[in-house]
Amino acid sequence: MSSSGGDRGGPSGDGHEELHAQPLRPLPVRFISPAALNLSRVYEQNRQRIQKKDGPKVPDPTTPQTKGKPRLLLMGQRRSGKSSISSVVFHKLPASETLFLESTARIQKDSLNSFMEFQVWDFPGQIDIFENPAYSFDMDAIFGEIGALIWVIDAQDDYLEAVARLNVTILHVQRSYPHINIEVFIHKVDGLSDDYKLDIQRDVTIRIQDELSDQGIENAPVNFHLTSIYNHSIFEAFSKVIQKLIPRLGQLEAMLTNLCRTCRFEKAYLFDVNTKIYIATDSTPEDMASYEICSDYVDVIIDFTEVYGSWPRSQEWKARLEGEPWAQPLGEQVGCEWAESGVVLADAQRPIMLREVDKFLALVAIMKEGSYEKMPQINMNVDVVVKGLIEFFEITKPRGGGIAGQGGQDGGVVSPGVPPAL
Amino acid sequence: MSDLETTSGSGGPAGVTDGPIGGAPTTQTQLKKVKKQKVLLMGKSGSGKSSMRSIIFSNYLARDTRRLGATIDIDLSHVKFLGNLTLNLWDCGGQEAFMENYLSQQRAHVFSNVGVLIYVFDIESRDVERDLATYVNIISALVQYSRDAQVFVLIHKMDLIPPQMREDVFVQRVALVRKKTAEAVAIVRKASLSQPQQQTSLSPQQQQPGSTSPTTLPSDLEIDMQLFATSIWDQSLYKAWASIIHDLVPNLAVIETQLASLGVAIDADEILLFERTSFLVVSKWASREGETNPWGDRFERMSNILKSWKHTCSKFTGTPRNAEQFCEFQYKMGSTFAMFVTKFTTNTYILVCMPPGEARFNSAKLNVAAARPWFKYLDGPPAGVLGGGGGGGSVASVQNPYAVGSLVFSGGERGVGNPDS
Ligand SMILES: Nc1nc2c(ncn2[C@@H]2O[C@H](COP(=O)(O)OP(=O)(O)OP(=O)(O)O)[C@@H](O)[C@H]2O)c(=O)[nH]1
Ligand SMILES: Nc1nc2c(ncn2[C@@H]2O[C@H](COP(=O)(O)OP(=O)(O)OP(=O)(O)O)[C@@H](O)[C@H]2O)c(=O)[nH]1
Ligand SMILES: [Mg+2]
Ligand SMILES: [Mg+2]
Repeated sequence: MSSSGGDRGGPSGDGHEELHAQPLRPLPVRFISPAALNLSRVYEQNRQRIQKKDGPKVPDPTTPQTKGKPRLLLMGQRRSGKSSISSVVFHKLPASETLFLESTARIQKDSLNSFMEFQVWDFPGQIDIFENPAYSFDMDAIFGEIGALIWVIDAQDDYLEAVARLNVTILHVQRSYPHINIEVFIHKVDGLSDDYKLDIQRDVTIRIQDELSDQGIENAPVNFHLTSIYNHSIFEAFSKVIQKLIPRLGQLEAMLTNLCRTCRFEKAYLFDVNTKIYIATDSTPEDMASYEICSDYVDVIIDFTEVYGSWPRSQEWKARLEGEPWAQPLGEQVGCEWAESGVVLADAQRPIMLREVDKFLALVAIMKEGSYEKMPQINMNVDVVVKGLIEFFEITKPRGGGIAGQGGQDGGVVSPGVPPAL
Repeated sequence: MSDLETTSGSGGPAGVTDGPIGGAPTTQTQLKKVKKQKVLLMGKSGSGKSSMRSIIFSNYLARDTRRLGATIDIDLSHVKFLGNLTLNLWDCGGQEAFMENYLSQQRAHVFSNVGVLIYVFDIESRDVERDLATYVNIISALVQYSRDAQVFVLIHKMDLIPPQMREDVFVQRVALVRKKTAEAVAIVRKASLSQPQQQTSLSPQQQQPGSTSPTTLPSDLEIDMQLFATSIWDQSLYKAWASIIHDLVPNLAVIETQLASLGVAIDADEILLFERTSFLVVSKWASREGETNPWGDRFERMSNILKSWKHTCSKFTGTPRNAEQFCEFQYKMGSTFAMFVTKFTTNTYILVCMPPGEARFNSAKLNVAAARPWFKYLDGPPAGVLGGGGGGGSVASVQNPYAVGSLVFSGGERGVGNPDS
């Protein structure tokens, strides 16, 4: 379930070697996770393929399906971290591996199938789309869809030019495409002190608001986020950005708030499992610590699922388990056919629970101390809410979505190569 | 180094190795004995020795190691592992002056009675020739004083090499190190033939029955050596260190037998036993089906995942990282599989992966709890656990107290059967 495409490549089985660019070796030396290896290779291959396809003459293969999908546009100076952000959040590249990313030459377009289909466009920092007649970008094609413009500023670098370019960009976009949210990521704040971070944020905010009001734009809807790929902040920022694009978000939040009340949960999140973006939470105040532990919990579950749930079991295994003394199909021996999990922290016996909602979404909730014994009742309440959530997304989803082909897993049995969300 | 009982400086007598390395224990006295192992951690300054030691044994995060200063002389720590194994870890500062000192004045002190040498190469080092020359000197000294020692060579900081080049870089370095190792052995052999009188500083313990005197090295002497590519930023560190400790764990054969009978009894597909602080895999068992798992790297991967989960919990609860962080983790993936990770004995956590099914799951949890006493004395402190001398029979009889016949069936209700309540 952790892959962002079905072709992430398998585990260390030799049958998967042909996926790699390198020749077969008589004695492969496995010193880094083959998963990580495959991931980066597959990712590189995809990138190269897309770069090729993305040439000026070739029509964009994604265009026919892009209509109506929210779009996230990553823009900013060279080396500000745009490709790193998109790789870490949407392709699970380990943050430390971003050191090896090359400068982007053409717009990289990613289509993401999740609870909602959206697109991520990673722009080359070296090209200024507003001041480059040679490229003559079709602005409508870029900004025509609803979505967000994410402007990435390297906080560890001199950012005056970045801010100036951002101002120009905002002026263009605000006038013609007011439906685009403008989100500024003050990025690479790892290693900066808290005071310094806030100083930068204040400085950037003032410089932008001043310039805009000089141009006659008051209260432009510009949002600021302090981010880094080396911690959870980048995921949290994306959560905020994406939540603004979800229709009827309030309704979702109300469902979670209700759940927290009936089950006496401290905090509940609805996660997009593949990206660890939370798309809704209950109405209690934001709490970074809660988000972090829930997000790491999702990570652990992803890994467990991949290691133990992503390969088919043999017929004999199944036959034996369904024979005496159980004498029941496995599907009837289980209490539920979805994925669910619980963990109890040693400190004050506080439980956290996770429950699969659909292929893409999971509900994660931090419970009150000592409530693990009440799990059966809690599970019943959760079942009801999950049904509600599924209905909510049935309605939201466009009819005949492109993901139908993967839907036929019976009772959670995984077909190899197509890991389900959970 | 909050988890370590650390004695700083190079003072103190050299560690004493009790009995041969590895091998199944046959008597109860051996089960009870605390085994001490002298482990040398060597390599150039800045290669990452103290970093890995702090991550594996002291709950440091990888990024915390940036704050470590260079080690002055030798930092000696006694790491309790599973209660009945003590690693005398000699973290030898790698600055040149120290290295020369180890090879000259402190030679006998440092290189006698060594059970394991871990030699760390920094892959980013600019002066490979010089690194290898130092390595040859160290290996020569080791062969001279502790020629039965196991050698682990870690090619470290692999994260700094672009992913697609890692395999090639590693393969090349392995060839180089093997060649140099052979050269080192040859040097010692030649020296021992020409000046047989020089080695007088050997302690008597070193000359174990059956082994020839170090002064006349056999011509087929080979060093027991393994090489790993490692980085503190991924699971590779756990793979290397699990191999290092694997052969040192006392009573391993007994633990493995018992794990196997537990696995069969509860119908598991895989069981992993982790040491509580390091989360290194101490022992593992898989059913025939479990063995078909294509993820060959899953053991170090699970170590890495669970250890960082522990750190996450510590951050959330505000309790120290070396405190117990979670007591129970269970996951049921529909009708695909079920698993749980739970506190097992004082010094271990256990991971059980099994087929789906509520009844099967609940009884497995109860039976794992029931099996605890069985493993207790294998990793517990040596004294008092067996309650005097009367326990002989219970140790020797590797019978299965939780055979299928005695499986406890708790209802098929979905929920959380808590075996402790
Ligand atoms: N310290 C730190 N470095 C980061 C962070 N995000 C990205 N980087 C580093 O910034 C460098 C440039 O990253 P890229 O993602 O290639 O930059 P880009 O914005 O895509 O650059 P162009 O494609 O040229 O426009 C890389 O070396 C990353 O490792 C961060 O959050 N913190
Ligand atoms: N990139 C990278 N850096 C590492 C790795 N391991 C350690 N380091 C860094 O290397 C530096 C030196 O590490 P130490 O562990 O103090 O080195 P040492 O071998 O103990 O050095 P001496 O005590 O002087 O012999 C630290 O800043 C670590 O963060 C690794 O796997 N990758
Ligand atoms: Mg880029
Ligand atoms: Mg050191």
